[in-house]
Amino acid sequence: MLKHRIIPCVLLKDWQLVKSIQFSSYRTIGHPIATVRVYNARNVDELIVLDIDASLNDEPINTEIITDIANECFMPLTIGGGIKSLEDVYTVLNAGADKIAINSKAITNPSFIREIATVFGSQCVVASIDIKKIDGVYRVYNKKMGIVDIDPVELACEYEAQGAGEILLTSVDRDGTTVGYDTELLQLFGNKITIPIIINGGMGNPKDSIEALLSGADALAAAYIFHFSQYTPDMIKKELAFHNFPVRLVKG
Amino acid sequence: MSDKIVIIDYGMGNLRSVQKAFEKVGADAIISNDHNVIQNSSKLVLPGVGAFKDAMSNLAELDLIDLLHEEVINKKKLFLGICLGMQLIARKSYEFGETEGLGWIDAEIIRFDFSDSPIELKVPHVGWNNVAYVNSSPLFENIPDNSDFYFVHSYYFASDRQYVTGITDYGVEFISSVQKKNIFATQFHPEKSQTHGLKIIENFVRLEGTSVC
Repeated sequence: MLKHRIIPCVLLKDWQLVKSIQFSSYRTIGHPIATVRVYNARNVDELIVLDIDASLNDEPINTEIITDIANECFMPLTIGGGIKSLEDVYTVLNAGADKIAINSKAITNPSFIREIATVFGSQCVVASIDIKKIDGVYRVYNKKMGIVDIDPVELACEYEAQGAGEILLTSVDRDGTTVGYDTELLQLFGNKITIPIIINGGMGNPKDSIEALLSGADALAAAYIFHFSQYTPDMIKKELAFHNFPVRLVKG
Repeated sequence: MSDKIVIIDYGMGNLRSVQKAFEKVGADAIISNDHNVIQNSSKLVLPGVGAFKDAMSNLAELDLIDLLHEEVINKKKLFLGICLGMQLIARKSYEFGETEGLGWIDAEIIRFDFSDSPIELKVPHVGWNNVAYVNSSPLFENIPDNSDFYFVHSYYFASDRQYVTGITDYGVEFISSVQKKNIFATQFHPEKSQTHGLKIIENFVRLEGTSVC
């Protein structure tokens, strides 16, 4: 039986490890390689590494650090941030990543997803959408463009039609807050999207994971909880297993 | 003579990940599509992600189809196919029309189709799923039955049970690993499956010569 994945999300800014709250108030908290090494030792299901300001600052892809991160990973690795061309995708995959997360570039040019999928396969394209709730309405948010005037669900459907392999759905409002995932947001997407949805933003304790899976998430990403609480990915999985959700439990 | 493991470079994805996994278990593996290098190898690895048709046309363009047949079928070199590399050893695939494969095992590659099932599962099948052993295989030595491995695919290998070593349940029970004499293949990615995956790579490295029967 297919297991629900618990995916630590490592946020980088200028390729330093940071924590963020609602996409701001960043604080550098350490070196990415050491963190990735710990996750590999903990036998995590998968890892997402995002350079959050790469697009904003038009930074080039940091091949060296991606290679260093990939060398520590014997699990699937997704890298995102500042990917603008097929050449960038090639560089990132060639450095050892398995998937790339696309956000900014796809908003203005959704067919970029098709271009990547055609050359490298859908399995390596994670379409990332950041969502902010404004006056009770979910809106697409981008650091560079601000609120984007596109319906988030329509955008996700478009990404799926273009050949995305998975959708990474991040609630900006919940980011770093530990108040739980936005289950209402998940329900909005759940019935419309047929590719796997990874929800991100807000997990504060193992119980939050149950709510998210019941609301239609396929996989759960989290940053804050794993960096700043006593909870490990394995503890989340044990809670889920206790409630009869299929997860990959690791011995030891 | 030490083993010369060659990872076949035919322009289809994550070769570096596979090479890294070999390094991790203490084995050297060369990435190459050079005919001499392949002829001088003792073991061959065919990884790959992407579309079946592109993969076959890339192999044809590099003149690798006859060469692989000679090395694996005639010379009986140990072979490991991973993901798309497992699918390519089948007779035929139905991905984007019909494409002939290497034909080393009488199998067809078909798409997951849940349109008639009560629960519509998502395609691709992506994530960790368990492999139930069917017959014993040296590839699974010292790995518990029903261990989880990482999968990502929309099509699967359909054949009779003769060469099946592992099956996995995703709405249907599909074949997740096979072995026919010196030919080993897994639908999942051992190079991305943490400790159990690395153990598979190590088991393949440890296999000796052409003594497998």
